[in-house]
Amino acid sequence: MSGAHHYNPDDPPVLEVEDLSVDIKVPAGTLHAVNKVSFSVRPGETLSLVGESGCGKSITSLAIMRLLPKAARLSASKIIFDGQDLAALSEKQMARLRGNRIGMIFQDPMTSLNPVYRIGDQLEEIYLRHKGGGRREARERAEYLLEKIGIINPTQRLTQFPHQLSGGLRQRMMIAMMLMCDPKLIIADEPTTALDVTVQVQILQLLRSLQEEFRMALILITHNLGVVARMADHVAVMYAGQVVEKGSSADVFRHPTHPYTRGLLECIPHPGQSATRNKLGSIPGIVPSLVGRIDGCTFRNRCNYAFGDCATAQVGLRDVEDGHSYRCLLPPETFAAGKLEKA
Amino acid sequence: MANFLTRRLIIALLVALTVSIVGFSLLRLSGDLAAVLAGEDASAEDIARTAAQYGLDRHLIVQYLDWLFNALRGNLGQSLFTHEPVWEMITSRLPVTITLAFAALFFGLLIAIPLGVLAAVKANTWTDRGALFVAVMGQATPNFWFALILIYVFGVWWRQATILGVRLAEIKIFGMQLSGLPISGGATWLHYVLPVVTLATFVMPAIMRITRTGMMEVLNSDYVRTARAKGLSPGKVLFKHALRNAILPVVSLAAVQLGFLLSGSVIVESIFALNGVGYLAFESIKRIDFPVVQSILVILACSYILLTLLADIINAKLDPRVRLE
Ligand SMILES: Nc1ncnc2c1ncn2[C@@H]1O[C@H](COP(=O)(O)OP(=O)(O)O)[C@@H](O)[C@H]1O
Ligand code: SF4
Ligand SMILES: [Mg+2]
Repeated sequence: MSGAHHYNPDDPPVLEVEDLSVDIKVPAGTLHAVNKVSFSVRPGETLSLVGESGCGKSITSLAIMRLLPKAARLSASKIIFDGQDLAALSEKQMARLRGNRIGMIFQDPMTSLNPVYRIGDQLEEIYLRHKGGGRREARERAEYLLEKIGIINPTQRLTQFPHQLSGGLRQRMMIAMMLMCDPKLIIADEPTTALDVTVQVQILQLLRSLQEEFRMALILITHNLGVVARMADHVAVMYAGQVVEKGSSADVFRHPTHPYTRGLLECIPHPGQSATRNKLGSIPGIVPSLVGRIDGCTFRNRCNYAFGDCATAQVGLRDVEDGHSYRCLLPPETFAAGKLEKA
Repeated sequence: MANFLTRRLIIALLVALTVSIVGFSLLRLSGDLAAVLAGEDASAEDIARTAAQYGLDRHLIVQYLDWLFNALRGNLGQSLFTHEPVWEMITSRLPVTITLAFAALFFGLLIAIPLGVLAAVKANTWTDRGALFVAVMGQATPNFWFALILIYVFGVWWRQATILGVRLAEIKIFGMQLSGLPISGGATWLHYVLPVVTLATFVMPAIMRITRTGMMEVLNSDYVRTARAKGLSPGKVLFKHALRNAILPVVSLAAVQLGFLLSGSVIVESIFALNGVGYLAFESIKRIDFPVVQSILVILACSYILLTLLADIINAKLDPRVRLE
C-alpha cells in the first residue's frame, strides 16, 4: 500500500468534480452511463477509479476531457480544473487545455499511436501545438523525456514507427508524449491492462516516479484492486455509473463497507489460497441495465443484505469515518468484521 | 525493394505477353483480314493475292511470332489503311487521352475526397445522405447518356458551341441534327471541359464511397482519439491523423480508375470528337485495322500494370507498415 504521502492534503485540488452525469442516447432510450459522480484530486496525489467493466470509468474520464461520443450529454454542478470551470469553456479553449495541462493515457498502446507517423513526430507535435517554440526545442524536450523514462538510445527511437516498438515501449512513448507539455493532471485509463504482467509493474512504477518528480495529479482508472493497492492515495469504487464507496485507500482497504467493495476485496486471492474461486468480478449476478430510470439501490439484485426499502428509497452517500463514505441504506455497523461471514 | 521491382516487372512482361497472344488470336479469328483488305468486290484470287502480299497466308503462329519480334525491336508496324507507322499514330494521339484521363482523375479526386470526408464526419445526417445520393446518381448514369445531355444543354439550349468538340455537326441527338454549330479545327482547352466533366462524374462516386468508408473506420480509431486528446485542431485531427490513414485504398482505386480512363474513354472521345487513343481504337476496330488495335491493347495492358505498381509504391511510402515484397 502506498505508505508515504506525496501530496499535501491542505493543497487546493487540481480537479474538483461534483455531480457529474453523462446520459447517452441509445436506440432503447437514455443510458445513464455516469450518475452524479463527485471526487477531487490534489497535486501529487493519485486517485483511483475502480470498478467492473462498463461501470462508467472511461466515460467519466472522457467527460472531464470533453471527448465524449456525439450521442452523450454531459451535466455537472462543478468541473473545476486549476480554478477554471471546464464546463464553461468553448471547444477551442478546451482543445488548448487537452494534452497541454491535462494529459490522457489510453488502454491499448498498440492502437493509440498513429501508425503512419514517426514517434518523434507524434511527440513533437503536441509540444509545437501548445508551447510553440521550434522543432529543435521540441526534439530536445522529447529526448530529455525519453532519457527520463529510461529509454536507451532516445535519438534513434524517435525516428522509429510505432509498429517497430513493443507494447511496453509504446506505452512509455504514450506517457512521454503526454508529459511533453508538463501537465498538471494525467488521466490514465487502464494503462496496463493490455500489457504483460512484468511490463505492467514497470509502467506503474514509472508513472509513480514521474508523478512524484513533476508533482502531477494522477487519476488512475483500473478494474484491478492490486493496482489500486499499489498506487492509489484515494480510491472511488464505481458501480453502475455511481460512486458506491470512496475514501483514502488505507481506509477503504481497512474498512471496506459497501457490500460491493467487500465483495470485490473478498475476491482478491490471498497468498496461499487457490485463485479459482476468487476471480475478480465473480460476485454472482449481473449489472442492471443503465437504460431508463433506476429506482432504489443499483446493487440490490446482487446484494446479500438487500431488503424492502432498497428497491424504492433514495440511496445517498453516508460517512463511515471522516473522509470515507459509502452508498447504502444500512449503517456501517451492519458490516462489522464478524458479519462478513453472513455474506 | 529491388527484388520487388524485378518481380513485378517480370509479371508485367508475362501479362503483356499473354494479352498480346489473346488479343492476336481474338482479333485474327474474328474476321478474314485479307477479304476486308481486298475490298468488297474482290474475287477469290484477289483475296489470295492480298493475303500473300501481307503475309496473311502464313500459319497464325508464324504471324504472331513475326509480330512479336518486330514489336520487341520497337516496330509496331503500319496501319493497314493509312499506312502510317502505328507507333506515331498512337503517340500523336496519346497527349489528348492522357490530358483527358489525368484531368478527369484530378477533378474526380478533388471533389470525391472532400465529399467523402464530409460524409464521414457528418455520418447519418442529411449531408451524408445527400453525398450518397450524388454518388448513386453518378454511378447509375451511363457515360454516353450524360455526355449527350451535356451536349444538349450546352450546345442546343445555350448555344455555347465553343465548349464543344470538333465534329459535332455530324452528331445527331435524339434524331435532331446539330447543324448550324461552328466546327472548329483544333481542340483548345475549352473542348476538354465537357469530356472531363463527364469522365470525372464517372470516377467520382466510387472514390467518394471508399473515402467515406475509410474515414468512418479511422475516425473511430484509438489514434484519432489520441489526436483529439492531444488538443490538436480539428483540421489536424481530420486531415493529418485520419485522412492519411484512410487514403490507402483510395490510392489503389485511383490507379485502377486511371487505367479505365486511359482505355475507356472511347465513348467520350467519340461523342466529343476528341482525337485521342480511344477514338483511334474505335475507328481502327471498325475497319479491322489489326496492327493498330493489337498495339493499343498491349500498351494499355502495360499501363495498367505500371499503374498498380505505382499505387503499391505510393502506399508503401504512405504507410510504413506496408512492405513491398
Ligand atoms: N459510445 C457509446 N454509446 C453508447 N453507450 C456507451 C458508449 N460508450 C460507453 N457506453 C456505455 O456506457 C457505460 C459506461 O461505459 P464505460 O465508461 O466505457 O465503462 P468502463 O470504462 O468502466 O468499462 C456502459 O454501459 C457502456 O455500454
Ligand atoms: S442499499 Fe440495500 S441493496 Fe444497496 S447495498 Fe445497501 S443493503 Fe445492499
Ligand atoms: Mg473503460
